[in-house]
Amino acid sequence: MSSSMIIGQYIPGNSVVHRLDPRSKIAMIFFFVVIVFFANSVLSYGVLTLFAIGSAVATRIPIRYIVKGLKPVWFLIAFTFLLHLIVTKEGEVLTTILGWELYKGALIQGAAISLRFFLLIMVTSLLTLTTTPIEITDAIEQLLGPLKKVRFPVHELALMMSISLRFIPTLMQETEKISKAQASRGVDFRTGSFKDRIKAVVPLLVPLFVSAFKRAEELAMAMEARGYKGGEGRTKLRELQIGRTDYYIYILFVLVVVGLFLTRN
Amino acid sequence: MDISFQEVSYVYQPKSPFEYRALHNLSFNIPSGSFVAVIGHTGSGKSTLLQHLNGLVQPTEGEVTVGEFRLKAGEKNKQLRALREKVGVVFQYPEHQLFEENVEKDIAFGPMNFGVPQEEIKQRTDEAITSVHLPKEILDRSPFDLSGGQMRRVAIAGVLAMNPEVLVLDEPTAGLDPSGQREIMNMFARIHKQKDLTTVLVTHSMEDALEYADHVIILNQGEVFMQGAPADIFQKKKELSEVQLDIPEIIQFLNQVEEKFNKEIPFHRQSVTELAKELAQMVKGGRDHE
Amino acid sequence: MKSISREIDLSSRGGNLVSVSQIEFRNVSFRYQEDMPWVLKNVSFSISENEWVAIIGHNGSGKSTIAKLMNGLLFPQEGEIVVDGQKVAAETVWSVRKSVGMVFQNPDNQFVGTTVRDDVAFGMENHGMPRPLMLERIEESLSAVGMSDYERQEPHRLSGGQKQRVAIASVLAVSPKYMILDEATAMLDPQGRKEILSTMLDVQEQRNLSLITITHDLHEVVQAERVLVMNEGEVWLEGTPRDIFAKKEQLTEIGLDTPFVTKLADELKSAGVDLSREPLNHQELLEELWTYHSKK
Repeated sequence: MSSSMIIGQYIPGNSVVHRLDPRSKIAMIFFFVVIVFFANSVLSYGVLTLFAIGSAVATRIPIRYIVKGLKPVWFLIAFTFLLHLIVTKEGEVLTTILGWELYKGALIQGAAISLRFFLLIMVTSLLTLTTTPIEITDAIEQLLGPLKKVRFPVHELALMMSISLRFIPTLMQETEKISKAQASRGVDFRTGSFKDRIKAVVPLLVPLFVSAFKRAEELAMAMEARGYKGGEGRTKLRELQIGRTDYYIYILFVLVVVGLFLTRN
Repeated sequence: MDISFQEVSYVYQPKSPFEYRALHNLSFNIPSGSFVAVIGHTGSGKSTLLQHLNGLVQPTEGEVTVGEFRLKAGEKNKQLRALREKVGVVFQYPEHQLFEENVEKDIAFGPMNFGVPQEEIKQRTDEAITSVHLPKEILDRSPFDLSGGQMRRVAIAGVLAMNPEVLVLDEPTAGLDPSGQREIMNMFARIHKQKDLTTVLVTHSMEDALEYADHVIILNQGEVFMQGAPADIFQKKKELSEVQLDIPEIIQFLNQVEEKFNKEIPFHRQSVTELAKELAQMVKGGRDHE
Repeated sequence: MKSISREIDLSSRGGNLVSVSQIEFRNVSFRYQEDMPWVLKNVSFSISENEWVAIIGHNGSGKSTIAKLMNGLLFPQEGEIVVDGQKVAAETVWSVRKSVGMVFQNPDNQFVGTTVRDDVAFGMENHGMPRPLMLERIEESLSAVGMSDYERQEPHRLSGGQKQRVAIASVLAVSPKYMILDEATAMLDPQGRKEILSTMLDVQEQRNLSLITITHDLHEVVQAERVLVMNEGEVWLEGTPRDIFAKKEQLTEIGLDTPFVTKLADELKSAGVDLSREPLNHQELLEELWTYHSKK
């Protein structure tokens, strides 16, 4: 498993960020995403970047992990920047390279957009780096709670997510097992034309589906036998609790927002 | 085909925090035509070992040879397909690999991949389904409509239809009821003889090893802990208990008899009936002398 | 205290049935569909408080159907099943499931939680138990199955035997009166089987609980107090393990195996060695032989 491929895979820890209530984290990220678009001066961008980098440091996760995790995104950020340089034609011309004119406005806009992009991805990946998927699920279930009134199946959705999380490793093991069994019957998953490779997937997918359905059926029965009858009247073991740290962080976040609006042009 | 492992080590996910050494300096030989049982509890490296036989993994160190095929650490083998045609593997719960719309197509899947001509495939399918004691009518049915035991037999037929020279069985009786287990094991013993195969049985069952194998390899933490003829190996109660393996019940009982009566009844693969006669003689004989 | 609350529970339901603690099958017949053959035919038996009953029979004899009927996962077409005075029906099924816990065959497909403690909590959450009680019960039931050190572990890092122990803990946490193990050891290695068998012995000894084990494993059967032998949807034999295994011919007739000791004792009899009683384990057989040997 190459860890660089997974953006923000959970890394256990006990930092302030880890201990924050996942609802606080999700809410703050939501607001952050909104206010990023209000930044319009060097200073205001500076305030946001400082906040993002400060949060990253506070996770106590080695920076190289975070940077490595962002690897697939660097390309997109660079691409956005270049696109702006080519397309935008605003402000004075700074220089001309091989008949192509570089505008000052392009440079500024490119940098601003790329920075925004970078900040958004960085902050969201901090969420997944410091929060287990199941905590995120719980937080979503709670945050969407009010939607129950309009009959939105919040509990079912959360249960579905948590069961999927539970079965991902099981199904990965199963995939490996079946692909080995078929490989020993002469299936070649690696070489051959595109069409051949698509065909080679059938003997893998059919057994996987068959087994997933069987699992689902047995799981449903086991759940029923253990008294599951929907979200009604259910208590919960996993509890989310907004603690003192959360309040401190809220205050800090409000200061960042105030700082942002003071430094805007 | 002769099989040999020479100082084979295998490491999963080397140089990562998940690095795990599954096999360690493993060496043994299996002469062509033997029925070998590989025993060890979960995590002893059994399943990694069996994947080497089929080229599904490549040794991290050392060398594996199966007949004329050679898998050497750091060397790419270009004949994997040919090797896989010669070495049939019945994986644990093989019924999970069924996927075709009918039994016939599923059995034909292996031979087809190895480019066996159509007429011959037909003949092999018929032969394979008979070998596993299923009626030919079943060939037209969907494998998913069959009972668990039948599905397993179909999957086994799919491996047999490749006409392998080496048959590798990974706990082939797991999850079956006792009579089903006996039928399947007797079936493999018969096929082993009939087709003159080299059979490698990976199992937890001491009783099966004792009954069917002519050579036993006991694995522990990726190393060969003991090997030899079953009757000798299973006498070594102390060593076996070191690696948390039980000795077969009959030998266990014979040891207890010796303890209680101070008389040895040697183990010579006797049946329960024969053992009863020996015991009867012992307890009656004792009476005559007193 | 447990039994008091149950009595109250019973009286509040005001059933017209006698309030005895037992599971009773009264002339139960069941089939999956109308055009299919009967899986159970007119089956009657009862299981009392604190009893250990093993149900054996080859595949397709109706064993697992019995388990599902006890827990209200299926309902019979004919006859009735009564659990502690309550007839198992759509209205009573939730309280029945609280007193009849079930462990299934496949360790993976009954593990609902993302960690061990979440899984143990699942049943309690369903029954609406308050959180402090859950925390207490998680600790208690995990220690009963020897899995306390694994509370935060994820299922894919556990062995089959460990997952089944968690499944048992999950049932214990709800503190049912009956626990059914439906071939719970069939997919385990010998190590795992031993773990589960010793867990069952502990549980049976320490808890106020009836065990119903549906199994092929003769070691499990020998431990039970009573054995029901199923064949083609009917109760074929019923008795103590000793009585049952003495009827070797009847068992082989329906394709069931007997323990090594029983087989040997049987052969000894034909070799002219008379044993005074049917031995169930090595020790008993050796004693018998010793007695025979020294008798003169």
